[in-house]
Amino acid sequence: MSETIATSDRRALAPTLGPARGPDSVLPVAMDGVGYTVDGTTLLEDVSLRIRPGRLTAIMGANGAGKTLCLRLIQGLLHPTAGTLSHASGPVSLAGRRRIATVFQRPVLLRRSVAANLRHALKIYGVPRVERAAMLSDLLDLAGLRALAHRSARVLSSGEQQRLSIVRALAADPDLLLLDEPTANLDPYATRMIETLIRQAEARGATVVLVTHDVGQARRLADDVIFLNRGRVTEQTPAGTFFDRPQTAEAAAYLAGRLLL
Amino acid sequence: MGDAIAEAFRLIAVGDAALWEIVSLSLRVSLTAVALACLLGLPLGALLAIARFPGRSVLIVATNSLMGLPPVLAGLLVYLLLSRAGPLGPLELLYTPTAMIIAQTVLVTPIIVALSRQVIADMHQEYDEQLRSMGITTTGAVLTLLYDARLSLLTVALAGFGRAAAEVGAVMMVGGNINHVTRVMTTTIALETSKGNLAIAVGLGLVLMLIALTVNGALMALRGTQGVARHV
Amino acid sequence: MIGRALLVLGLALLAPLAVADERFIVVQSTTSTDNSGLYEWLLPQFTAESGIGVRVVAVGTGQALRNARNGDGDVLIVHARAAEEAFVAEGHGVKRHDLMVNDFVIVGPRADPAGLLESGGVNDALKRIAEASVIFVSRGDDSGTHKKELALWRAAGLDPASGDGGWYRESGSGMGATLNIAIGMDAHTLTDRATWVSFGNKGDHLVLVEGDTALQNPYGVILVNPETHPGVRARDGQIFIDWLLSPKGQAAISGFRVYGQQLFFPNARRTN
Repeated sequence: MSETIATSDRRALAPTLGPARGPDSVLPVAMDGVGYTVDGTTLLEDVSLRIRPGRLTAIMGANGAGKTLCLRLIQGLLHPTAGTLSHASGPVSLAGRRRIATVFQRPVLLRRSVAANLRHALKIYGVPRVERAAMLSDLLDLAGLRALAHRSARVLSSGEQQRLSIVRALAADPDLLLLDEPTANLDPYATRMIETLIRQAEARGATVVLVTHDVGQARRLADDVIFLNRGRVTEQTPAGTFFDRPQTAEAAAYLAGRLLL
Repeated sequence: MGDAIAEAFRLIAVGDAALWEIVSLSLRVSLTAVALACLLGLPLGALLAIARFPGRSVLIVATNSLMGLPPVLAGLLVYLLLSRAGPLGPLELLYTPTAMIIAQTVLVTPIIVALSRQVIADMHQEYDEQLRSMGITTTGAVLTLLYDARLSLLTVALAGFGRAAAEVGAVMMVGGNINHVTRVMTTTIALETSKGNLAIAVGLGLVLMLIALTVNGALMALRGTQGVARHV
Repeated sequence: MIGRALLVLGLALLAPLAVADERFIVVQSTTSTDNSGLYEWLLPQFTAESGIGVRVVAVGTGQALRNARNGDGDVLIVHARAAEEAFVAEGHGVKRHDLMVNDFVIVGPRADPAGLLESGGVNDALKRIAEASVIFVSRGDDSGTHKKELALWRAAGLDPASGDGGWYRESGSGMGATLNIAIGMDAHTLTDRATWVSFGNKGDHLVLVEGDTALQNPYGVILVNPETHPGVRARDGQIFIDWLLSPKGQAAISGFRVYGQQLFFPNARRTN
């Protein structure tokens, strides 16, 4: 497995990789004035954001700020109670939702072998039977899990489980890959393998949205940053701007490692 | 009791042809009934676990209650159905092993539905969001959950087998306990008891327990090989 | 789609269990004839001669009659004359034939607390049981034996079933189960002699009352009426009945022994 590709190198590659998707791409995905209220509690309010093809967006913010909720809305697992969510500048569609894949913070792996988990996903995602064996082999290599292919997925280490979950999402060949804290509780070595995998996902044409608490990781990977505070977007800027000149006191405090109360 | 144990050993040791005929019919009837009950009950249990539709809670309460269906009543209902005077009379199924399988399927299916619903509902809670994010269909979700819950569902099937193999009322009524045709372990035990041959009856009971133990042991061994880290 | 697949699978599983296309009849019978082993003696002789298998469903007379009323069975062998005649009169049976007799006995504990061994006939015996209030277990299941027992109490001018039930207990079970109960409770009960002689759990009980003509136990055989119940295998059923009533069949009944004792006495009258 190669070293993490330096940010500058990848940016140089980006134009050829980025929006090279077909006309049926789900991107750009946008939220306009989206709110989400459940049982009288407002969890998201007036959120407007854009996910553009080929740019890695990091969503940051304190616990409970609404980051994971944003992913669920984008994936279509929940529906906004206010405002609009659009796929490819149009209404949300089932076909659009099928172009998006999510890796949850605690991914649920089936009680089957590593290979069987991937076979299941390939089948669910409608990959033609004849192509599945080749794709399975490819995904096992991508995750570095070939040697563990016949091991029960549930006995893998956290890092291995996370890698399996990511390549399982890639079995959908998604336009948009949503990752919810993929490296929480992982050691630096495992974290680096995940980050490499994220780069490879991008190289395959997936646009990545990453929820993370790891400021260093956001610095390494993100093109754009969305900062959420108490259900509202307080900043949406290119990564360089966000890290160099945070626009709000909350973001500055977060970056400085101070507790937001 | 000593007589009974001696009788049990004698029955097994002699390998008495009549005993094996009865044992094999018992196994054939009960295992077929459990297989049918699983074919009907597992998809229904899974559907009740994950789908939301009108009448669902009524169905859940009904299947839970039907777990307590008295075998004699199940037998009576199937008798009325299969009797020459009943709607399915022309099929001539009364007093055949098929009738016994139908009666035991009626008895076992509610157990399979109710227990598998619980098992699958628990797993569904864990899998739901992941599967929905993959855009899975309801049928796909049912099949995925059934497969992943297979070890627990094996125990559910065992509970069903226990009920089928142990009951006497239903098979007595629809099978008629006809020698060489519909005589199974439990009806033989009832018959020998009614003839006052208590040692033979208890001996047969011990053989029945031994069979139940063997079936359970075999399935547990299967479970063991599935439970460890390797699968394909 | 899944439903259809399941149906096909289900039928595939059931198919090999369908009964082979062999020739047989179903006999609804009282338990006493079956429990004593009579059929194991008789039927192979008949089957060897005729090629017709006989499947015996042994239940109480009451249930045998009810099953036959639904057409479930081709031949009926029971012992409750009045009920049998009603069955034929209602059109469910073709004709009732006398087949054989044996007799009822009252069994009870060896100690004989009610002094039944000194009783003069069954009427006196039942009065002694009632007076001494010793426990009597009744079948209580509408079987032939139960009907007979009720008739005997009536003839003795007693009505124990309407009493407070202290000593008269209904088991609601078959003959064997009732005998097990009577032996367990050190109680008395009425049983046919065939069941008693072949019963394996006699405990300390003895026959205390026997030999009264009122204790005769006649068995009848009836072909279930194919006009009322079209599924009835009338031809083979009639062959079986003819054989039972023939000199050969009657001799076979006489030849049946348990512990060297003859239990059934043929009494067919050749009317045609």
